[in-house]
Amino acid sequence: MNNEMQQNKPSLIMEGIGKSFPGVRALNHVGFKLRRGEIHALMGENGAGKSTLIKVLTGVYLMDEGSVTLDGKPIVIRSPQDAQKHAISTVYQEVNLCPNLTVMENLFLGREPRKMGFIDWRTMNRKAEELLQELNIYADPTAQLDTCSIAIQQMIAIARAVNTKCKFLILDEPTSSLDADEVKKLFTLMRQLKDKGVGIIFITHFIKQVYEICDRITVLRNGELVGEFEVESLPRLELVKKMMGKEIEILSDLAVNKDESKYDGEVPMIDARDLSSGTSNVAPFSLKMYKGEVVGFAGLLGSGRSELVRTIYGADKAVQGQLYIKGKDGKIKKPLDAMKQGMAYLPEDRKADGIFAELSVRENIIIALQAKHGLFKRLRRKDMERYADEYIKLLNIKTASRETPIKSLSGGNQQKVILARWLLTNPEFMILDEPTRGIDIGTKTEIQRLILKLASEGKSIAFISSEMDEMLRTCSRMVVLRDRCKVGELTQTQLNQNTIMRTIAGGEQ
Amino acid sequence: MKDSSKSIMQSQKLILKRKGLSDTKLLLLITVSLFVILYILSAILFADRNFAKYSVFFNLFNNKAYLLMLALGLTIVMISGSIDISVGGVTGLVSMVIATMLVDSTVSAVWSIPVALAIGIVFGIVQGYLIAYMDIQPFIVTLSGMFFARGMISVINPRSVPITDEMFMCWSSARVYIPFLYNVRRHGTHDVAYLTPAAIVAIIVMIVIIIMCKKTKFGRSLYAIGGNPQSALLMGVNVKRTKFLAHVLCGLLAGIGGLLYTLFAPSGNPGNGYGYEIDAISSSVIGGVMLSGGVGLPIGTFFGVLINALIERVVPLLGIVDASWPRIITSAFLFAFIVLQSVFARGTGRRLTRSRIT
Amino acid sequence: MRFLNIRTGVSIKSGLKTIAKSLASSRLTFSIVILLIVLVQNIITTPTFFKVSITNGLLSGYIPNILDEASELVIVTLGMTLVIAATGGVDISVGAIMAISASFCGLMLNGSEYRTDVFHNPYILALLIGLLGGALCGVFNGFLVSYLKMQPMIATLILFTAGRSIAKQITHGQTIYIMNPVYKYLGVQIPGVPIRTTIIVSTVIIVIMVLVTKLTSLGLYVQSVGINGSPSRLVGLNSRMIKLMAFVICGILSGIAGLVGSSSIGSVNSGELGLSIEMDAILAVALGGNMLGGGKFSIAGSVIGAYTIQAITTTLYAMSVRADQLNVFTAFIIIVIIVASSDVFKDKVQKLTRKVFSKNVSVGG
Repeated sequence: MNNEMQQNKPSLIMEGIGKSFPGVRALNHVGFKLRRGEIHALMGENGAGKSTLIKVLTGVYLMDEGSVTLDGKPIVIRSPQDAQKHAISTVYQEVNLCPNLTVMENLFLGREPRKMGFIDWRTMNRKAEELLQELNIYADPTAQLDTCSIAIQQMIAIARAVNTKCKFLILDEPTSSLDADEVKKLFTLMRQLKDKGVGIIFITHFIKQVYEICDRITVLRNGELVGEFEVESLPRLELVKKMMGKEIEILSDLAVNKDESKYDGEVPMIDARDLSSGTSNVAPFSLKMYKGEVVGFAGLLGSGRSELVRTIYGADKAVQGQLYIKGKDGKIKKPLDAMKQGMAYLPEDRKADGIFAELSVRENIIIALQAKHGLFKRLRRKDMERYADEYIKLLNIKTASRETPIKSLSGGNQQKVILARWLLTNPEFMILDEPTRGIDIGTKTEIQRLILKLASEGKSIAFISSEMDEMLRTCSRMVVLRDRCKVGELTQTQLNQNTIMRTIAGGEQ
Repeated sequence: MKDSSKSIMQSQKLILKRKGLSDTKLLLLITVSLFVILYILSAILFADRNFAKYSVFFNLFNNKAYLLMLALGLTIVMISGSIDISVGGVTGLVSMVIATMLVDSTVSAVWSIPVALAIGIVFGIVQGYLIAYMDIQPFIVTLSGMFFARGMISVINPRSVPITDEMFMCWSSARVYIPFLYNVRRHGTHDVAYLTPAAIVAIIVMIVIIIMCKKTKFGRSLYAIGGNPQSALLMGVNVKRTKFLAHVLCGLLAGIGGLLYTLFAPSGNPGNGYGYEIDAISSSVIGGVMLSGGVGLPIGTFFGVLINALIERVVPLLGIVDASWPRIITSAFLFAFIVLQSVFARGTGRRLTRSRIT
Repeated sequence: MRFLNIRTGVSIKSGLKTIAKSLASSRLTFSIVILLIVLVQNIITTPTFFKVSITNGLLSGYIPNILDEASELVIVTLGMTLVIAATGGVDISVGAIMAISASFCGLMLNGSEYRTDVFHNPYILALLIGLLGGALCGVFNGFLVSYLKMQPMIATLILFTAGRSIAKQITHGQTIYIMNPVYKYLGVQIPGVPIRTTIIVSTVIIVIMVLVTKLTSLGLYVQSVGINGSPSRLVGLNSRMIKLMAFVICGILSGIAGLVGSSSIGSVNSGELGLSIEMDAILAVALGGNMLGGGKFSIAGSVIGAYTIQAITTTLYAMSVRADQLNVFTAFIIIVIIVASSDVFKDKVQKLTRKVFSKNVSVGG
């Protein structure tokens, strides 16, 4: 009875948590309750504030306001060490262990058993074996860590956390690089820990997994708490709606021709057949795209939509299937091949994959065209300047001059520069991965208009966005992905939020 | 229930064991077999040169005791994921300082020991601080250190200085004969194997380093930060301090190496220690230490040094008199092993990112 | 009153900040300042500084001398600039490559003799073979860096130490003396031309490099790859090829420097040619305001940096400092420059100034 009481009473409570970064309010009065012996999913799309909340809890960030209580007593967490002192451990998506050390060393690094000041390897081995056996992890303690599969490594990371006598375990997307079998093993381990009374926060993009293992779900959106729900009381569709928001209105002035039959008999611009790349783990997909068409790629973050378009562009090399461009075999091995066939790719991560921070706006604009021309056919300086000025004006890029380094521009203007870079190559097929992320509303609308204009000029556009309404406004067709698999295409009448969300959510309604 | 899980575990373990040796052990195995093969080959090719004799084998090591010190220092910093190319310069500097100090015999030779250690430690501390706490590329820092040391040599003394100090020469020429390890010469005298005091010091230091790497927290931290500094930090290792101490230790070993070198070749010469950094690096790399950090064993480095010594001994026998050939061959070995390592690294990489299409 | 104080505090603060910023942003000013100091010092101590006379049909004097002596360094520095910009690492084998390429050339001209006044091959052919040697070294370095993904400094360490030994083997372990006066055309003087050929060669190479960066997109490619490899790939650049190219160009330029150097002394001495020039070249690039971490580079900066170093070196020689002792000084300056431009140091300085200023403001208030 007493035990049950404790089970049901939240043990770790975060209340009124607020956190701001320059220009952004990342968390606004968010609360979170974790019970002992439960698995609690923390869900939300991009910018929902999941990772900020976790970082506050683990002491990576200091919160601006709010309180954390543990079993009724207020606690202060200022550093990761503080978090560990309160028995809160974290296991990240990318395994944070040393691949060159043995399994047992990874379990005990920093608190090795010692005899007369020297490390006692025999005791370490014995303890490691005990620990692994207790958690049913099949790994040889003396094996080098990188000889183990990712799943085993993930579990060893968890075992390490458990071994520090943690009461609360945060699993940050542990399953994103595991296959189905490995996920099953991980879930077994999670259930064991749950039975031992460990409270687990589980962050994942796979909705199916949430329903398979979790007891409760807390949903965040735009830094606000949407609510805490029992898994049984929240159907998948509702969950997706709660994550994405539901106020969707289609602006009349951006009406789209959604008549698909006109493409009958036309040669598709892009025709992918059973395409799949070696590095991403998206299931092989087939896809046709036509001239003058905007196709949206819908799906939650991590559903594989970015990986899919990267494979088309050749950023991830395809190892399987064919890609036909305007009816001819594309033979795309690297991005330059794709560019030469009229493709353009605006990557999702602007900072890491898009801009050359120290180069000027002009250089950032002309670089793709120049790369297409080659080393010896240098564009004339005058032409470069003309192009730069033209696009600065056309896209209304706010910059001091064309020679300003791009790093001193705002995010939205940087994005426009990259758009200009690709427009300058006069592509026929453009891939735009989250072109409007982190950009103010005005610029967003501008970019949406631009997309429609480009389509009306006969370009074919693949458009990815986390914002459903944006896609509904611009796309004439939508490809839906779920759990790294293309699960459907929606056209015309199906293009409404309900159908889309139902397809994204999948499974039983 | 528990039994069955245990038996599953046992069988799993067998599978894992069968997967074979870890990178570290495989690299070590390659090195040791390479040395053995080369040695046997030389013994066969140059039967008249007595490679089968104990004394020849031990002299191989006697001549390279100083290199073992430098290479162990490099091993430590390379395991921690850093590098130090100032060790050759420090060696030269130490020998020049000792020679100049002892030139008029007013200072006791005993002082040469603390002076050598101090020079090494100062280099280690300064370089270690810049690398670990100021976060500057180790290569640039130690390249500057090397040039600084080389410049200081000629600031102190631009000419050759022979050492004549009695006590020092006594240390230098002393031989510790090893009982039972002898061959009988043709005319009946015994050719007993011996170690020089320098070699004995080197062996003791090596044992200490081996124990440190295997058995102490600091030693394991070296491997951890070399493998993945980010993870090591999250697992509670003080990455900066460990890196700093690795460089201090490397400096200290370079100081000892300088002293041992001076005992081996008792004179101060502006050219002393030139290019020894590459000998030390190649000994470590050939001994199985990965340039990318985190992998390697001091005992491997020992064999790396022996291979280096063997090359130096054998190459002249091939009829190549010029002193630059051993270095070319050592560099070729270094190149080959680096290629080997990059193949290894790719293999590991593939294991980690194996495709998971289901 | 109180307001005023705070405001002046703020304006001083912002003023200093902008000054510090502009100084930090263009470290070329630093180089020019040093060059000026050295020149002024020279003008004061040597009254004949600006004097240019013609002796033996050659322009001579203080300034032509510096230009002449700096020529090898300038050429090598240009190559080093490209390598640093493209890879964020340095090529420490440039000195050894100089020796190798000169040895190739010497071998072609002398055959198996170590001293001759008859060329065994056409002079031009020998020069080209020498350059080919340099280019091959560059290919080797570039291959290790771009295809085996080694750190540039470790990759070039192999040739750094083995290179001179290889060069020595090419010339059968001897110093080669080439007595044919034609050999000195490249390093001393072409008959009838009153300017030392070294100055002409280095100027021509500077002009070529400027033209290459103006007429091809090499500069843009190198900078892009050096700044960020990931978008470079996505916009269709082949970063491996570009890095390789940087090393090959560096190899060829080092080769030219080697040929010039050996020609000016009329012999091939693999042990001495271009000894410790790598350090000076790195320093020149840093002095020229280029980031040692890769990315943006400026040819003009590097050239000014190289001449600055030669001016310092010449001055120190005049103060009877020996060549090998100079290393102490060079090493020291490099460390100072790098520490001053490191993030940790900037952070610390920023914190310190903030502390000082906040104190001021509170006192003023």
